[in-house]
Amino acid sequence: MHPAPSVILFSTLSGMGFGLLAWLGIAQPAVFGTTAFGYYFLAYALAVGGLLASTFHLGNAKNAIKAFSQWKTSWLSREAWISVLALIVMGLYASGEIFLNTSYVLLGYLGAALSLTTVFTTSMIYAQLKTVPRWNHPTTTLLFLLYAVSGGALLSGHATLAAVLLLLTGAVQLFSWGMADGRFAARGSTIETATGLGFMGKVRQFEPPHTGTNYLLHEMVYVVGRKHARTLRVLAIVAGSIVPALLIATWRTSLVVLALAAVVHLLGLLAQRWLFFAEAEHVVGLYYDKR
Amino acid sequence: MTELPQSTERSLGLVIDLDTCVGCHACVISCKGWNTENYGVPLSDIDAYGGDPHGTFLNRVHAYEVQPRDGGPAQTVHFPKSCLHCEDAPCVTVCPTGASYKRVEDGIVLVNEDACMGCGLCAWACPYGARELDQLAGVMKKCTLCVDRIYNENLPEEDRIPSCVRTCPAGARHFGDLSDPESDVSKLVAERGGMDLMPEQGTRPVNKYLPPRPRDREDTIDILAPFLDPVIEEPTGFLGWLDKALGAVSGANTDKKGAS
Amino acid sequence: MNKPVQPMLDTSPRVSDEIRQTTCYMCACRCGINVHMKSGKVAYIEGNRNHPVNKGVLCAKGSSGIMQVNAPSRLKKPLKRVGPRGSGAFEEIEWDEALEIATGHLKRLRDEAPEKLAFFTGRDQSQSFTGFWAQAYGTPNYAAHGGFCSVNMAAGGIYTMGGAFWEFGQPDWDRAKLFMIFGVAEDHDSNPIKMGLGKLKARGAKVIGVNPIRSGYNAVADEWVGITPGTDGLFILSLAHELLKAGKVDLDYLARFTNAPVLVNNDPGSPEHGLFLRDRNGKPLVIDRKTGKQAAFDKKGIQPDLAGQLKKGGKTHRTVFQMLAERYLSDAYAPENVAERCGVPARQIRRIAAELAHVAFEEAFELPIEWTDFRGDKHKTMTGRPVAMHAMRGISAHANGFQTARALHVLQILLGTVEVPGGFRFKPPYPKPVEGHPKPHAGHAPGKPLDGPHLGYPLEPADLLINEDGSAKRIDKAFTWENPMSAHGLMHMVISNAHAGDPYKIDTLFMFMANMSWNSSMNVTGVMEMLTDKDENGDYVIPNIIYSDAYASEMVAYADLVLPDTTYLERHDCISLLDRPICEADAMADSIRWPVIEPDRDVRAFQSVLVDLGVRLGLPGFVDEDGKAVYKDYADYIVNHQRRPGVGPLAGWRGKDGKGAGRGEPNPRQLERYIENGGFFIHHIPEHAAYYKPWNTAYQDWAVDSGLYDKPAPYLFQLYSEPLRKFQLAAEGHGAHQPPEHLRAQVQLVMDPLPVWYPSAGGLSSPPDGASSSEEFPVHALTQRPMAMYHSWGTQNAWLRQLHGRNPLYLPTKIWEQHGFKEGDFARVTSPHGSIVVPVAHQGGLNDSTVWTWNAIGKRKGAWALADDAPEATRGFLLNHIIHELLPPKGDGLRWANSDPVTGQAAWFDLKVKIEKADPPPDEAQPQFAPIASPVGRGPKNLAWKVGK
Repeated sequence: MHPAPSVILFSTLSGMGFGLLAWLGIAQPAVFGTTAFGYYFLAYALAVGGLLASTFHLGNAKNAIKAFSQWKTSWLSREAWISVLALIVMGLYASGEIFLNTSYVLLGYLGAALSLTTVFTTSMIYAQLKTVPRWNHPTTTLLFLLYAVSGGALLSGHATLAAVLLLLTGAVQLFSWGMADGRFAARGSTIETATGLGFMGKVRQFEPPHTGTNYLLHEMVYVVGRKHARTLRVLAIVAGSIVPALLIATWRTSLVVLALAAVVHLLGLLAQRWLFFAEAEHVVGLYYDKR
Repeated sequence: MTELPQSTERSLGLVIDLDTCVGCHACVISCKGWNTENYGVPLSDIDAYGGDPHGTFLNRVHAYEVQPRDGGPAQTVHFPKSCLHCEDAPCVTVCPTGASYKRVEDGIVLVNEDACMGCGLCAWACPYGARELDQLAGVMKKCTLCVDRIYNENLPEEDRIPSCVRTCPAGARHFGDLSDPESDVSKLVAERGGMDLMPEQGTRPVNKYLPPRPRDREDTIDILAPFLDPVIEEPTGFLGWLDKALGAVSGANTDKKGAS
Repeated sequence: MNKPVQPMLDTSPRVSDEIRQTTCYMCACRCGINVHMKSGKVAYIEGNRNHPVNKGVLCAKGSSGIMQVNAPSRLKKPLKRVGPRGSGAFEEIEWDEALEIATGHLKRLRDEAPEKLAFFTGRDQSQSFTGFWAQAYGTPNYAAHGGFCSVNMAAGGIYTMGGAFWEFGQPDWDRAKLFMIFGVAEDHDSNPIKMGLGKLKARGAKVIGVNPIRSGYNAVADEWVGITPGTDGLFILSLAHELLKAGKVDLDYLARFTNAPVLVNNDPGSPEHGLFLRDRNGKPLVIDRKTGKQAAFDKKGIQPDLAGQLKKGGKTHRTVFQMLAERYLSDAYAPENVAERCGVPARQIRRIAAELAHVAFEEAFELPIEWTDFRGDKHKTMTGRPVAMHAMRGISAHANGFQTARALHVLQILLGTVEVPGGFRFKPPYPKPVEGHPKPHAGHAPGKPLDGPHLGYPLEPADLLINEDGSAKRIDKAFTWENPMSAHGLMHMVISNAHAGDPYKIDTLFMFMANMSWNSSMNVTGVMEMLTDKDENGDYVIPNIIYSDAYASEMVAYADLVLPDTTYLERHDCISLLDRPICEADAMADSIRWPVIEPDRDVRAFQSVLVDLGVRLGLPGFVDEDGKAVYKDYADYIVNHQRRPGVGPLAGWRGKDGKGAGRGEPNPRQLERYIENGGFFIHHIPEHAAYYKPWNTAYQDWAVDSGLYDKPAPYLFQLYSEPLRKFQLAAEGHGAHQPPEHLRAQVQLVMDPLPVWYPSAGGLSSPPDGASSSEEFPVHALTQRPMAMYHSWGTQNAWLRQLHGRNPLYLPTKIWEQHGFKEGDFARVTSPHGSIVVPVAHQGGLNDSTVWTWNAIGKRKGAWALADDAPEATRGFLLNHIIHELLPPKGDGLRWANSDPVTGQAAWFDLKVKIEKADPPPDEAQPQFAPIASPVGRGPKNLAWKVGK
């Protein structure tokens, strides 16, 4: 899949934002007044910024409002609803903490749940797609949630917990890569099943339908070099998990270190998310003899 | 809207004969012409006269080569591909805006461009590459099965078929109701072993593909018998045979069979 | 479940304001089209269901007409060259000035030396008109593109059976059960072949594709014969060998309808050796089996004897059939002895022969239709032999193509499948014996029209167009001993010969729709140099070039004066029975084009410009005694011109009452009647006249009534071609007209009266070290046109160029693996003439010793209003660069054309090359040329085409 910056930014930033909101919702930490404002500003900037970034991916954003209509079947529509609900509920909760110095605990728990559900719905946009076997697995959801929770923990200053969660996330990520690498083949979609011509013999593309490119190739057939991918995987683990975990485990109280760890984590996360798209092979590539 | 109907009144679709398609791209361009002028926004072409021309097409003809396992010569198969109007169309259910839908009356999967926000998720959900986001208009385009032709009272009855079917010179494209076992298309599918593409995706496509008939067979005539019995072993024996054969010929009347 | 709410959808939108029915011009098919108009603009184009050619279907080219009509590469105004030739620097001028310039050159030449005008029209669909103009002008130098296209196919058929494939005839698609298709890429005759294949496939009939390349029609063939290029003739004669050996030939058919029973002089010393024994009236003689006596072949009631022999005047005579059998029964044609050369296993040859025999004879059938033949014999039924064949450029564009085409027809005739149900059928005005065609003419004099039509079919050496001193009368050396039967001229030699002054220099080159500085020439770089070369005085060697085209093609840049033509929807045309008609086997038909839109530019239809020039020059036929214009434009000519009394360009609705079919006075409302009828006219052949046409009295009478013939002309199929033998006899030293010594052996070999096979590529016409050159260049290199581009120059078409925007060189598995090629690699391809470096791709379904590419995709930078980085210019390429119009010098100082020595057909497919991996690969395909300045600017960036709301 084409690693479009808008979608990468959307899913990483909003994931971290909603992860932070979830921690704030369960009052970890419990913050009030201007401190609270600072936390919530960061969380909303990330969550809303991410959501806004996603609209750059739209060809016809003027109809974006209609995305609320199909919650019965569409994970994207559900994400729209849940994210807005999460933002509203957490907004109310945050108003209490910022302006009234009061935590409405139930509201907070509800907001936290909605925030994580938002991340869940985001993950389901990808995990539901049978056409992308690499994504079409519960680990996709698990990882989205883990990244959100660990990123949130990092931003919310839970040093030890964040370090543990970051390392856990890294471990699950490694495990998930190992699993996902064989999933396309395991699904059994081949150029032979795509064309139905397997009964005749081994199939290969002779000529593409058009000599130039097209939307499908641009959007869904992205070929990433093996070496390049390995480097990025190392970066994703090292920057996404190990370095920030070490940083905060070592200098647990330094705000500067925390900020540095968060930035390094985001860098790793971007690498992870770039790979998430770039390594994901869509079955349509089979029609172009590309996978 | 993006809930799939539990059943449709008919299942209109195409049956594409891979034994007959010569790969001429007539269907591709006829489709482009009709759908540029008709349903929704025109199918645009980016860098139309430049170094990287690429436009929106609702139908594309691939060409594959199949190497038989028994080592015969490689076979070329031309392979037109457009929306298969699946019964379980994943492109419909993922749509957040309700722009994508499957029609109850005939099963056609359509995009209501007035509702499309161009997120592209439906194209991701489609295994077949049937949907293309128009790069100028930013809305999703796909085969409409010429819904604006097949019921069009401004067209003569015989022309109420998709433009690709109407134009196909080799007659490799057939249109009809695949839910009716008595329809011509259903019969073709039954006779010729019509197949689904990527059945493992569980989309239950309405469109079917008729597989190429066996090629390069050596058993077309009795392989135990000699191919042709020589009647003349030596060049000089020819006249003798000819005399005999001519005797047989002129013995018959004027509309007899030929040589034997 | 509740019915969900679905969006409101108008399923009956208005399709168009109006449909205008005219004729497509994207290729030689000439399908009927419905042009849907909205607000006076073209909105959509589809096939015309009632049209005899396409019956509603339409190919990619036809459907993309809207992009052709609106292409940014359309020329806008007459252009006068202001920079050096080839630079593309022009100034726009008014038509008056343009026509004055043209008239200036043409008038002077006509008064002094009309042969110094060379008028060649490329993909012209109005040859009967352009030829008429050239004849009136008086230059002998006129032809269209047939010489570099498929004259072998046309001439091979005409000399053998009075017609050929494509416009001349078609398989009986409705009844054939076995169809063999030889050397047909996606060309003539495109939609009808696809429709026919569809019919065969629907019935489950078997298709055998004989082609080195398994694409297109060969992809759907049930069996593929991946033959080595140039060996089709050998393969075909091997099939004939097997059939003869098994006695699986139609003896009755051969005896009745062919010259198989005709007696041939068998006396080697005689000056008539190999000629037919004839009676006092010149009629060939046969032995009547009933009486054992000799008789004229067409005598009522006789039974011609295939085994006849006759001693007369001390000379032995035997039948054609005996000679034929003797030749092809030779072991030289046994499958085992041809298999390796042809690249086809002996077993496969043998099995195909058996299948042919099986279907022709075991699956024969009778149609209960009575008919009477020319000898008066009544037949109660028509015997069907459901084997049909078709062939095109793949077999004809070789130096042995004429004889290969003949071999194929002989094979069909041996099986008795020509003009019978299930077989191959002629389309009116064919069948027509070779004697029914004109002979070529080149008699010219200042201020006078030519002494007859330019092109024709020579029957004997006296018909050649050579001067007393042996030099050629025509600039292209057509109808000389180098290529006696060059019925379509040799367009590919015009520039080369004019530049060399061989046989003479010319003054003005006048061309129409011929991209001679690019894909329509061999040796492209050389041609560009010839067009720009200057003499010692600093003048161009070819002094004046006038060119007409609708688009900014590569050739435009080389013209001094450009006359911009209209597109096909802006013009009148007639697809005439006098020319290359669109008939069906069951009907005669013709059609028109008419301006369904008006040009939005200052352009004029070329034919109307010719009418105008004809008037300005005062050409006979174009002005009356008072010097006044006879026709005001081409449309006027179409309606009012009469070639013979009552016979004109269009056959339909003739006569004042509009009731004449084929014959009748001009009808001033004729074009309106055509338009009312959808742009075409069709006149059906009665059922009992529909088969056995050359011998069927009912057909012959119908053809006379319909203006096709002036009197019945039944004839025999010429298994043995006496005209060829007359040339061969001359080469053996007989007769007054003798070939030059250097051609004697060649003429003797190639003018064989019975089909003969000789190696073409690097064979017959190779330099003395032919063997070593064949080892150095072991690989055959071919081109095909893709179906979506064939004959249409579709590059400027925004939709079509996306299908084929570049072309790789396809390599067979063996060569691919041998050199370790990978996707994205380039190869250096070298012929004796030069090298190109081009992208490669792999194809498994390809003859082991053959490489190929799509032709005419490669474009020169700056042409066709494309960007300089267009893939056509950077990744596309032409094989033409490494094909020379001449063979490598033989050391005799002579220029030997790379053409078939019988017809002069350009031997495109004789190219042999060597392949090397290009390491490192270049950025762009090589060679590259300086971009041409575009006379029309460049196209818009993006398109979102919609005419209606």
